[in-house]
Amino acid sequence: MKTNKTILLADDDFDYLFQTKFRLETAGFAVITASSQKEAEQLIEIGGFDAAVFDLMMENDDSGFILAYKTKKSNPDIPVIISTAVTAETGYKFNTDNSWIKADVYLEKGVESEKIAEELKKLLKIKDNG
Amino acid sequence: MDKLKILVVDDEFGIRSGIKRIIEKFEVDYPFMDEAIGFIVCEAETGEIAIEKIKSDFYHIILLDNKLPGIQGVDVLEYINEQEIDSKVIMITSYASLELAVKATRQGAIDFVPKPFTPQELRGSIENITKQIFLKQMTSKLQKEGKHIRFQFLSLLSHELKSPVNAVEGYLKIIKEQKNGKYVADYMQMIDRSIDRLNAMRGMIMDLLDLTKIESGQAKRNPIPIDIGEVAKNCISTFKPMAIQKDVNIYLNYNTKIIYEFDVNDLEIVLNNIFSNAIKYNKTGGRVDCTIREINDKVEIIIADTGIGISKEDQNKLFKEFVRIRNKETSKIPGSGLGLSIVKKILENYKAEIILNSEENKGTKVKIILTK
Repeated sequence: MKTNKTILLADDDFDYLFQTKFRLETAGFAVITASSQKEAEQLIEIGGFDAAVFDLMMENDDSGFILAYKTKKSNPDIPVIISTAVTAETGYKFNTDNSWIKADVYLEKGVESEKIAEELKKLLKIKDNG
Repeated sequence: MDKLKILVVDDEFGIRSGIKRIIEKFEVDYPFMDEAIGFIVCEAETGEIAIEKIKSDFYHIILLDNKLPGIQGVDVLEYINEQEIDSKVIMITSYASLELAVKATRQGAIDFVPKPFTPQELRGSIENITKQIFLKQMTSKLQKEGKHIRFQFLSLLSHELKSPVNAVEGYLKIIKEQKNGKYVADYMQMIDRSIDRLNAMRGMIMDLLDLTKIESGQAKRNPIPIDIGEVAKNCISTFKPMAIQKDVNIYLNYNTKIIYEFDVNDLEIVLNNIFSNAIKYNKTGGRVDCTIREINDKVEIIIADTGIGISKEDQNKLFKEFVRIRNKETSKIPGSGLGLSIVKKILENYKAEIILNSEENKGTKVKIILTK
């Protein structure tokens, strides 16, 4: 089940971070975590991850966007997932075609947490069971 | 506020230019207004021209003569009414009959200035209407702002209440799928975290009720002379278990009885919130010092801790609702983000002052100043 892929995960909710890390590790990923935008920015600079999952709202309302932008700037090929609860609260749907928002997938926080591993496998073109 | 636009409709050139002279030099103000309201005057010599102008431009006030060469003033008024144009109309007329007055009033004219009028009469009428317009604008502006603030509060609230639900649900799903083993013991950490999050959520709901009560003015206050030190002593004893768990020592520094009129419940809420912060955000082996003293006509309550402190940047946000300072040190500490908003609202009722000084990694000092 090991994938040899490392995921950068940033969320300021301790439990969400723990759960997502747990799920990704169970799915065979190695995970590095950041509990704030600031921490994540430092990790982006260091690099060494294959995909990233960012919470949208951390210190800033648009922390996830900023991190996505910085990730893509450092390496445009790294897939980025933004997990957000904003859609459910505001009804605002993000459009991944928007070129200024540099994310590949948006996932609804809570409801779709289990899907993150699946989406990452799709983005990284990893096939289950060979 | 911008200048108000006035349209003068009269066939006599002398009247129009007279009115223009009087009004363009005139300003209306309230003592609480930043700047006075001035006027721009436009003219129309017939009802037909007036309607053309009204079609292309908005006028706050229309001074309307009834006796016009073509269509009459009341016809212009009828047009304004039909088109639902929000202009205020003052009728100026030399043939002020009761019949006309009734007709014009029914069509929505709000004042009548009979000719000949003195400059003072005209200014009086304009002043009244201007104040009406101003107050109406202010009211609708404030209402919109009020709604906006309420909406912001509710969306923050839903976000804050959803986070613990998501967290607990996430753990339950992992447990249900038995991802971490077969035994309950394999999930103890997740169960503990779930209970913590639920407790924090309950705390938030209680805080929210407190806040609503204070804001709606429904909390019955019963200020009586109380010994501040005694109340502080009681609060400290309730926090003993929590302090022992965190290995924090609390010291109370007060000698003589200091009596102040305060509702006991209110004072307890204030002190509990501050003590709770001082312990929660302290370091292992840290201390909390509470000093109560009287200086002239003021009573000071100072609660200082040796905790993680708050950065200058974060200090500005502290008293806002749902603000929780999130960083590595605080990520596992539960809180509603409402405590200091509640403290602030209560203290406002007593015209008390609260001052917060903090240095990162050194600690935080909260000072409450009550004036006798």
